[in-house]
Amino acid sequence: MVTIPQQNAVGAGSQSGAPIIRVRDVHKYYDLGETRVHALRGVALEIRRGEFLAIMGASGSGKSTFMNIVGCLDRPTSGEYILDETDVAGLSKEQLAAIRNRKIGFVFQGFNLLSRTTALENVELPTLYARIPKEDREKRAVEALELVGLGDRIHHYPSQLSGGQQQRVAIARALVNQPAILLADEPTGNLDSRTSVEIMGIFQKLNADGLTIMMVTHEHDIAEFAKRNIFFRDGKIRRDELVANSPSAAEVLKTMPIVDED
Amino acid sequence: MDFAAILRIAMRALARNKLRSILTSLGIIIGVGAVIAMVGVGQGARQQIQDQISAMGSNILFVGSGSVNRGGTRTGWGNTKTLVQADLQAILRECPAVKAAAPGSNTSAQVVFQNNNWSTRVTGTTPEYFDIRVWPVQQGTIFKEADVESTENVAVIGETVRKNLFGDANPIGQTIRMSVRTSGTSTSSSTSTSSPGSTTQTTTPSTAQPFRVVGVLASKGYSAGGMGGDQDDYIFIPITTLQKKITGDTWLQFIQVSAVSREASFAAQEQIEALLRERHRIRPGQDDDFMVRNLADFAELQDQQAKVLTYLLGFVASISLIVGGIGIMNIMLVSVTERTREIGIRMAIGATEADVQRQFLIEAIVLSGIGGAVGIVLGIITSYVITNVFGWAVLIPPEAIVIAVGFSVAVGVFFGYYPARKAARLDPIEALRYE
Repeated sequence: MVTIPQQNAVGAGSQSGAPIIRVRDVHKYYDLGETRVHALRGVALEIRRGEFLAIMGASGSGKSTFMNIVGCLDRPTSGEYILDETDVAGLSKEQLAAIRNRKIGFVFQGFNLLSRTTALENVELPTLYARIPKEDREKRAVEALELVGLGDRIHHYPSQLSGGQQQRVAIARALVNQPAILLADEPTGNLDSRTSVEIMGIFQKLNADGLTIMMVTHEHDIAEFAKRNIFFRDGKIRRDELVANSPSAAEVLKTMPIVDED
Repeated sequence: MDFAAILRIAMRALARNKLRSILTSLGIIIGVGAVIAMVGVGQGARQQIQDQISAMGSNILFVGSGSVNRGGTRTGWGNTKTLVQADLQAILRECPAVKAAAPGSNTSAQVVFQNNNWSTRVTGTTPEYFDIRVWPVQQGTIFKEADVESTENVAVIGETVRKNLFGDANPIGQTIRMSVRTSGTSTSSSTSTSSPGSTTQTTTPSTAQPFRVVGVLASKGYSAGGMGGDQDDYIFIPITTLQKKITGDTWLQFIQVSAVSREASFAAQEQIEALLRERHRIRPGQDDDFMVRNLADFAELQDQQAKVLTYLLGFVASISLIVGGIGIMNIMLVSVTERTREIGIRMAIGATEADVQRQFLIEAIVLSGIGGAVGIVLGIITSYVITNVFGWAVLIPPEAIVIAVGFSVAVGVFFGYYPARKAARLDPIEALRYE
């Protein structure tokens, strides 16, 4: 595969770079009528450039809320969140949209591609909102699709692609604006085990090329592919540990039996 | 985001539900089509009225023998017998704003030429009448002042009369026979006895009299509403001939007057009114036994009526445009709900509220804009159909098209705004979770 043509490749491999994300004492409440749901109770976390971390936890542990806040889809009730040296807590909705557009790449469990829209057009979408000139948009989208190994399927519609391929289109879409961090919410939740490992292979490769990745998962064997695992429980981080010997997805794949995609 | 891209996205979204989009546009198509066609009909009527009025001349006044008010019941004009030839002379003599005046009386008659016969109106007048009304002959001549003095049986006929009596034959010099309908009250036998000295000349009203056709008038077509229908369905003969040989009356039903200029027509009106009140000995506070109509007033009134008609038609038609707009709003609301997830995705990858709002607004505007464009074509076609089938004049003013397009886009904006706002206000997290 091709190398990532992006700025954060500068900090490639350096675990000791400047923190790309710094979260301090973040709380999040939801008021549901009479009752107050305390989703996050003081979370602090630093993510450095080039990290690949997996966030684990049961449902209701606060990991999704944390993900939404890091992804600038939601704002903390209190606390500090600095993304790439920008204090995100005080930004307007428009500014948050711009941050999501340029600094964050989202990958979802359900792929979330626009149906009846080709792979290329799906990947182009963020460049459209970034007001990138028309000539560059397609070029960048094609590059991103080649990066995830779908250079030959750019004019396919999501319905013509397998789950793994759809997820790769989603990854290409997340990468097209050269974000500071890739956020993946249960990226393998809808995939079979072999395809899941394939996706992890892509993540590992992108990470090796310098991309910072934060992934929410509840599968331990998937979390293993990350370099750092964080465990959420009851709205707090309970454990934060480095993975000693991450398996190489490429190696694991060789040992797995090939199953038909359908 | 560049406009071409937004437009492409909107077109694609609309193409996804083709039937739905077409049906939604149909509301606007019908609305705009109706507005254009109706305004076209209204404006056409207005134009026609204006043409006719300017053809008649704008300095014309019409003095009619008046209505009588008896215990609150008023009769129509032409029911008093106080307007006479002497009044006409006095008007010419004493009203400086008056340029010319011609007397007139009407009656109905049956005319026959060879095997053809035709029922029409006969007006007795003088040659000045045709000058005042700026009405030339297309063939032959107008009868002369000498004909009036010697009560000649000569006639100038209108185009409709010519067509019905002569067809392709040359009417000039031909003799037609004219018999007055006996139903007319003003031609009752008592009249002939009340006009002494003329009994020898007065033939029995129902007897046909020969008239030599000396001229055919140029066609004037239908007059503006309320002015007597087909203006070409008339025969003009000397006033003296009508009075002495046909009706036996001496009074005038009307005097056609021209003022020295258009501006002078109002002065002429006042002068004539004052003069006739004096001559007819009408005391202050008493109703006139005549009426003076100023064509400038009349033109204004007619134009006003046509304008009201146009507005009314346009207003009724624009109701359907509003209904069409509601249809757009309805569909856009459905669309926003259906595409909640898409909205969530777009927001997650960086679409701002403004982007989302713009997208849905453009969709609504494309719907209404396409509807508007098709509606204009439909409206123009409808107008031509109306013109050809019903024979009405239709005039589509260019600004009506501009207004219709503007209005349909405005409908799109107005009825698209709320759904678009609703889409933009969605919480991206909720929207992404929407199934």
